[in-house]
Amino acid sequence: MAEAAKVTAEDVRRVAELANLELDAGEEVRMLRDLNAILGHVAQLNELDTSSVEAMAQVTEILALPALPALETLRPDVIRPSLDRDIVLGGAPEAGSGFFKVPKVLER
Amino acid sequence: MKPESVLTEKPPSIDCIRRQVADGTKTAQAFAEETYARIGAVDSRIHAYLALSRERALQQAKKMDAMAKSGQTLPPLAGVPVGIKDVLNMQGAPATAGSKILAGYHPPYDATAVQRLEAAGAILLGKLNCDEFAMGSSNENSAYGPVRNPHALDRVPGGSSGGSAAAVAAGMAVGTLGTDTGGSIRQPASFCGVVGVLPTYGRVSRFGLIAFASSLDRIGPFANTVLDCATMLGVIAGHDDMDATSSALPVPDYAAEMAKPVEGLRIGVPTEYFADGLDPEVRAAIEGGIEKLRGEGCTIHPISLPHTRYAIPTYYVLATAEASANLARFDGVRYGYRAEDANTLSAMYRRSRDGGFGAEVKRRILLGTYALSAGYYDAYYRKAQQVRRLLTQDFLNAFEQVDAIVTPTAPTPAFKLGEKTDDPVAMYLADIYTVTASLAGICGISVPCGHSSEGLPIGMQILGKHFNEGTVFRVAQGVEQQGVMPVS
Repeated sequence: MAEAAKVTAEDVRRVAELANLELDAGEEVRMLRDLNAILGHVAQLNELDTSSVEAMAQVTEILALPALPALETLRPDVIRPSLDRDIVLGGAPEAGSGFFKVPKVLER
Repeated sequence: MKPESVLTEKPPSIDCIRRQVADGTKTAQAFAEETYARIGAVDSRIHAYLALSRERALQQAKKMDAMAKSGQTLPPLAGVPVGIKDVLNMQGAPATAGSKILAGYHPPYDATAVQRLEAAGAILLGKLNCDEFAMGSSNENSAYGPVRNPHALDRVPGGSSGGSAAAVAAGMAVGTLGTDTGGSIRQPASFCGVVGVLPTYGRVSRFGLIAFASSLDRIGPFANTVLDCATMLGVIAGHDDMDATSSALPVPDYAAEMAKPVEGLRIGVPTEYFADGLDPEVRAAIEGGIEKLRGEGCTIHPISLPHTRYAIPTYYVLATAEASANLARFDGVRYGYRAEDANTLSAMYRRSRDGGFGAEVKRRILLGTYALSAGYYDAYYRKAQQVRRLLTQDFLNAFEQVDAIVTPTAPTPAFKLGEKTDDPVAMYLADIYTVTASLAGICGISVPCGHSSEGLPIGMQILGKHFNEGTVFRVAQGVEQQGVMPVS
């Protein structure tokens, strides 16, 4: 892809749906403008030929750190106490009988 | 006319507080009460704090005083009043992340960094204002209103850890915790004339941090001096069972590292960071700082980090992609805000997120979702990951020739509130010198290095190799000792 793709109002609506966001008409116009401005700036990346560069998801993979025991990142598989259920549920907008409560799931 | 400012006189150092508490010259309770009184007197003009945790703070202060009275050796942060950025969990206090979507949420546990500060004797004063989900460079994206810069109340404090920087500058804490994903510790430290540290990726556990971009997020300290920051980092650093990304490398004795002279250190100056767009006064201040390091016996080497100009677009693709995934958990089910008018689950999700998130957060979720969506993944997300490797390789190459790299922290001093709020690209460019180190995972610091003609602070950024915070502290102290600390 050489040029920045031009984002359309349809794209904004599709992406908003994927992200579970509901935008009003004013927001949609503004987001369309901003996404195009930002992606226009991002298009600079196409100046670089990266065909032979491996993608890098995070940085520790490339560090030549001394080998450490596997236990550095894997802890023993033993049961530990977790947070109290009622305290956790107490932070929810609606809960009861040991569950989070939500509006009905089936739509028609 | 000079704009109104709210600065502190001669704040006490961490070491001074611990000694005074230990010998009974001044109690930890007095330090805590005095700081709360300061907050009460000035924070209506700054708005650094979102919540105070007075009960927990005073209980801890009493504990430190009792330890001192019984002659026990006090821990390194005994009696030190600290504030916590509101993206970190602290039991008994709200955690909003500056967002309406988390209004009313009280996390049931402490973040590891918070717990370690308190275990080391610190007094947890409360939670500090920030840009919503740490997304912003000016603190204007907080759902609870902006923070103002203590040096000039019509200016931004920087972001996203604006409250953390402003609280230290205005004497409302001796140290604070912030987080840095693309510059959110270093840039506000620069704008507010304090010291702020970006530890190496993996140095500090992120358990209990409300995640923004997990391959980039880091927790680090703010304080008035390099030594105070080093003391705080020494406390919060180190492996944590609860964060698999935390490194098992031992934590060095930073104070011992700092006792070594800076003489003989090789300092790299990347030409790309002194190009167009750099404010002339900032350039002059940084060049002055470099000359001072030369005077201390460092050798100065021009270097090149050739992919620098691609850092902002790379960062804004990767950070938003990760944010779109991390912020999916805010859906009105488990915590915080829920839209009341929804009859179905999917409408509840959408309306809660629409009503709960601010404009910048929505913008970034949309951008990140777009960059990850079918048909665009290779063009944006994968491409940015490839460029991230090139940017990191730039630094690895440079560190074969130099021990540390110095640059301006930000292209300008603090800008005015409202100046960039309507132009996201202009706002993103405020991070131009900080995002590179974020992407490369290296460590860094911003240390005060002079003032503009308007009296606004200017920060020097010092960058070091992965896990080489000791060298960064040494160089920073070299700059600091040269009498370029803020006069205020």
